[in-house]
Amino acid sequence: MNYRSSFFILTCLGLGFAFLYIPILSMVVFSFNASKLVTVWDGAHSPTLKWYVALLQNEEILDAAWISVKVALINATGSVILGTLAGFGLARFSQFRGRFTLNAMTTAPLVMPEVITGLSLLLLFVALEQLIGWPAGRGITTMTIAHMTFSMAYVTVIVNSRLATFDTALEEAAMDLGAHPLKVFFVITLPIIFPAILSGWLLAFTLSWDDLVISSFTSGPGSSTLPMVVFSKVRLGVSPEINVLATITIGVVTAMIVGVSLWMARKARLERVAP
Amino acid sequence: MRTAQQLQRIGISGRGLVVALPYLWLMLFFVVPFIIVLKISFSDIDLAIPPYKPLLEWVGKNSLAIKVNFNNYAFLFTDSLYLRAFGNSIKVAFISTLLCLVVGYPMAYGIARAKAATRNVLLLLVILPFWTSLLLRVYAWIGLLKANGVINNVLMSLGIIHEPLTMLYTPFAMYVGIVYSYLPFLILPLYANLEKMDWQLLEAAEDLGCRPWQAFYKITLPLSRNGILAGSMLVFIPAVGEFVIPALLGGPNALMIGRVLWDEFFSNRAWPVASAVAILLLILLVPFMMWYQSVQARETAGAR
Repeated sequence: MNYRSSFFILTCLGLGFAFLYIPILSMVVFSFNASKLVTVWDGAHSPTLKWYVALLQNEEILDAAWISVKVALINATGSVILGTLAGFGLARFSQFRGRFTLNAMTTAPLVMPEVITGLSLLLLFVALEQLIGWPAGRGITTMTIAHMTFSMAYVTVIVNSRLATFDTALEEAAMDLGAHPLKVFFVITLPIIFPAILSGWLLAFTLSWDDLVISSFTSGPGSSTLPMVVFSKVRLGVSPEINVLATITIGVVTAMIVGVSLWMARKARLERVAP
Repeated sequence: MRTAQQLQRIGISGRGLVVALPYLWLMLFFVVPFIIVLKISFSDIDLAIPPYKPLLEWVGKNSLAIKVNFNNYAFLFTDSLYLRAFGNSIKVAFISTLLCLVVGYPMAYGIARAKAATRNVLLLLVILPFWTSLLLRVYAWIGLLKANGVINNVLMSLGIIHEPLTMLYTPFAMYVGIVYSYLPFLILPLYANLEKMDWQLLEAAEDLGCRPWQAFYKITLPLSRNGILAGSMLVFIPAVGEFVIPALLGGPNALMIGRVLWDEFFSNRAWPVASAVAILLLILLVPFMMWYQSVQARETAGAR
């Protein structure tokens, strides 16, 4: 690149990242602000941790967070199982009946507007309840099923693209030596795609933890998730406690992402040294 | 082994078992629900739980009558609110996609041309906001944009403006929110595409006397076509049905179809009307989804 165009690109990168990060930083900074006005900095009494204390004593938020954790944990584990099966099938079996449909069904949820997915799942649950009496009412179960349906699509894509980039020689060699396909999967394939499965699990957890629209459609009384509580609070205006919640979320996510990428970079380096 | 043979005899293979579980799951929880939405979009509103009348009714003893009514659809086409909401959603999603391209293309290009070590850090910085809650990131903009918010306070203390600007609850705020939230979805596929580019082509073009902008226009842009399309679809399709951003930043007049569907369902309890809105939205978006899938297929085929 010549000097002028690289200057232009650098400016764009700088402005772009400023655009992405200023809102996030503003929440972190104002979570330590003493004033209840949130965006007016009270220099005399700040920084303070009083909103952190207030958040940890807020029963409504803590209860909702506990429900969100439960749903996200079951969802992540279930989606990883379903998504790995689908991703493995799509990557390794070139021909099978229903391949086209399975491919379409795992791509569509990625772009489907959430209001449509939410409404359609709720109507299914209502119809099923009328027909066979299950699920009785709506709550954590229906919400988890709904989350798994869209999360598994993401896991499928991740596992599928990981399998597409590594060649089948190892698996074939093991099978030629007489290993049962199941053994090949658990001994050879699974360790190789493990980073993809880990990313898929984390992504599925996050998607569920963040979801507002699909949860609102499929939850029942007494099973409000954290985003649902946050949404009803935010609609009434800004609140210092939400800034604290955002800061904690950002801290946890940053630590997790940085940790996982360092671990993967180290693993990749070790693999290069000793193949 | 004997069970495997027995299973094979009735047409079930190991391969079939692997894909059967996800296949059945998605059939039951992704495809069947749409059939039910379609069904309910043709039924009458009822003051009952659930608030719609059955399509099939026993008339007399042995005859079953199907009552299909098109009232919900007719209603959507007669009340101008719905058509305006559809039109406005497409307009907002289209402009947002263009804005994302303007902001995101140079970023994806810059990341793809950076040194390997810097590239990984920059990619991480793009992915990081995507992992933090969308709701909280949209909420951050309320604090930045409101009358006594951060942007107004900064501009006023610098003496650039004397009265606070009205930014929150305007179309401007909604565009900022959508571009902000969907930017990573555009950058990542575009980066994946640009990363595979053979940059020697650009050097060759410049050696042959092309100006940098000409080289970009004639080589980089056409070669990154699939990346542009894939990224744009990932922004456009969900943005058409977006609910959270217009609800929080757009103010009461932000007429978006996702919001209309939400209100029909939660405020008016008009499930059949909400279903009809969902079906029309789906009909509108399915061509784009198929386009996205074919672009994706071309991309992965090119990568192998």
